[in-house]
Amino acid sequence: MIVYFLLGCGFGAVLMEAEVISWFRIQEMFRFDAFHMYGIIGSAVVVAGVSLLVMKKLALRDAEGALLALAPKVVGTGVRYIAGGTIFGVGWALTGACPGPLVALVGGGVPVMIVALASALAGTWVYGFLRPRLPH
Amino acid sequence: MPHPLPWWIAGPLIGFMVPVLLLVGNKAFGISSNLRHVCAALAPCGIEFFQHDWKRIGLWNVTFLAGVLTGAALAASFAPPTVQISARTIDTLRALGVRDFAGLAPLDIFTWASLLTLRGFVCVVVGGFLVGFGTAYAGGCTSGHAIAGLADRQLASLIAVCGFFAGGLAATYFILPRIL
Repeated sequence: MIVYFLLGCGFGAVLMEAEVISWFRIQEMFRFDAFHMYGIIGSAVVVAGVSLLVMKKLALRDAEGALLALAPKVVGTGVRYIAGGTIFGVGWALTGACPGPLVALVGGGVPVMIVALASALAGTWVYGFLRPRLPH
Repeated sequence: MPHPLPWWIAGPLIGFMVPVLLLVGNKAFGISSNLRHVCAALAPCGIEFFQHDWKRIGLWNVTFLAGVLTGAALAASFAPPTVQISARTIDTLRALGVRDFAGLAPLDIFTWASLLTLRGFVCVVVGGFLVGFGTAYAGGCTSGHAIAGLADRQLASLIAVCGFFAGGLAATYFILPRIL
């Protein structure tokens, strides 16, 4: 467990130092005024993607013998991804934070974000409550 | 330390989270599932979505998230960021009514007192709610879909990321100008 804690510390520190958690940086991104955020997300995808290809080639397995891989997501009608994604996108621009940064901001300088975090928990709870009635 | 940490350092460091978590314990990088785990721990209320064994599935991830909080707090105290965004964004935001450009987020919106104003309430309370609702509905956020999912070339994640941007652009160009 300590490994996960330390990896989280590293992730949180990078989010802070690269200013990914700044509302201003998110505005700059959505207004296409700087390359910074696109560079971060883009290079993260490339590095993760190449790593996944290499791991697939090596067919690495865990202690139980399962292949090291991400579980494929069921696409289905795609409604949940486009609808849920759009709803999250609105929240991302308003708060200037996705879930990781929301937590990082509570730790690192914008204490009122604990309200946004509590609100996000409420949002997830309401989704869980409405889930049987929502199209997926 | 230079601020911001350049994208070509920050991006690869974030990207390496995906293979490292797989190598450490065959875990999938994704932050938003923690919201579901915390709901399951605090208020499952008989709802099927929260009946999973969150400790077995998600304790590692909640631990990771505790690290995020700690790491961000340490980074902020040892090397506080000095956000200097593009002049164009500053001009646009100033025209919309933002006055404070000193910190990570404008104090015009993100203070305890501003929670009672329309812009504070919408950005913090409504925005937070939509983050929680949307990521649960979409089954992932920026980490799980935009980074891990896209890197794994999953169609579902590509659809979700299109949604992220559609929603973000709509909020930026239609909602924020009306409330700031």
